[in-house]
Amino acid sequence: MNSILSALALPMHLPQAAGPMEQFEIHRLAPLSLGNIDVSFTNSSLWMMIATGAAVIFFSSATRARALIPGRMQSIAEVLYNFVADMVRGAIGPEGMKFFPYVFTLFIYILLANLLGLLPSIPGVSHTFTTTSHIAVTFGLAMLTIAIVIFYGFYKNGLGFLKLFVPSGVPPWLLPLIVLIEFVSFLSRPLSLAIRLFANMLAGHIILKVFAGFIISLLGAGGVVSAIAIFPFLGTVAITLLELLVAFLQAYVFAILTCIYLNDAVNVGHH
Amino acid sequence: MTPEAAKLIGAGIAALPLAGAGIGLGLIFGNFLSGAFRNPSAAAANQQTLLLAFALTEFTGLLGFVVAMLILFVF
Repeated sequence: MNSILSALALPMHLPQAAGPMEQFEIHRLAPLSLGNIDVSFTNSSLWMMIATGAAVIFFSSATRARALIPGRMQSIAEVLYNFVADMVRGAIGPEGMKFFPYVFTLFIYILLANLLGLLPSIPGVSHTFTTTSHIAVTFGLAMLTIAIVIFYGFYKNGLGFLKLFVPSGVPPWLLPLIVLIEFVSFLSRPLSLAIRLFANMLAGHIILKVFAGFIISLLGAGGVVSAIAIFPFLGTVAITLLELLVAFLQAYVFAILTCIYLNDAVNVGHH
Repeated sequence: MTPEAAKLIGAGIAALPLAGAGIGLGLIFGNFLSGAFRNPSAAAANQQTLLLAFALTEFTGLLGFVVAMLILFVF
């Protein structure tokens, strides 16, 4: 562990400058257990509740007045609604609007979880935690999406849903190989959905932490060397901006890929 | 070579997919721009595809990053 810390140029004598992975640790806030299963209320649960609570409070107060000429909050809510509604209509068609509540919830939750994770921690007061930087959370969301696709696909099309694996216009001698490839690509969908979101959040936060570590170690060096600390500081500012973009982009990508996969279940054999 | 050194070298090798992701992202954005300059009126309609392709390509590099992190911190 020591060599890793020095490889990342993180000073070890400063107590608050922990390694880049400490920010992802899960702490029990209220230990609970259900038989042998640990169901403690953790900081991860807390930040999930903050994200959900923020969404509920925002949308309930934005839609309370429901004015013909929207105010500021109602405008934001309407822009978000139209953005996701256009995405769903574009990818699935008008029939797909029955999935709109799910896609909208997914988009808003991931967006808020990503953005809240970018809040700086205040030592001793609050410790920011990005729930989407854990593969348990993102894989849960991805499996939910895939489960909806499979159940709805079989519910609506019956066994015709299996046509998903047989693209039209393929020469018969190539079919066994194509079906195998399509099947494996279908199986990899939840994994790629989950790992994309998780890895983006993990990478962004580690890079932020490593750059912040450069500032601390350069300031600690003293003298003229301390002046160089301005460069990693500017770098941190730039990466924070990039992470704001990534936070939105990953929520968008998760939602649009959910729409594309749902489209396979709604319109089988149209590809 | 100590196991620790081998681990660090392995993590460095596992970060190499970032080069491929960089080439891929350059191709995507470069081709989008050259297409967009030829027919600017069609550019806005393809923004969604651009972002999607960006995310799918970036994923390859991130997979290498995850492997590097696993080697460094899990083993």
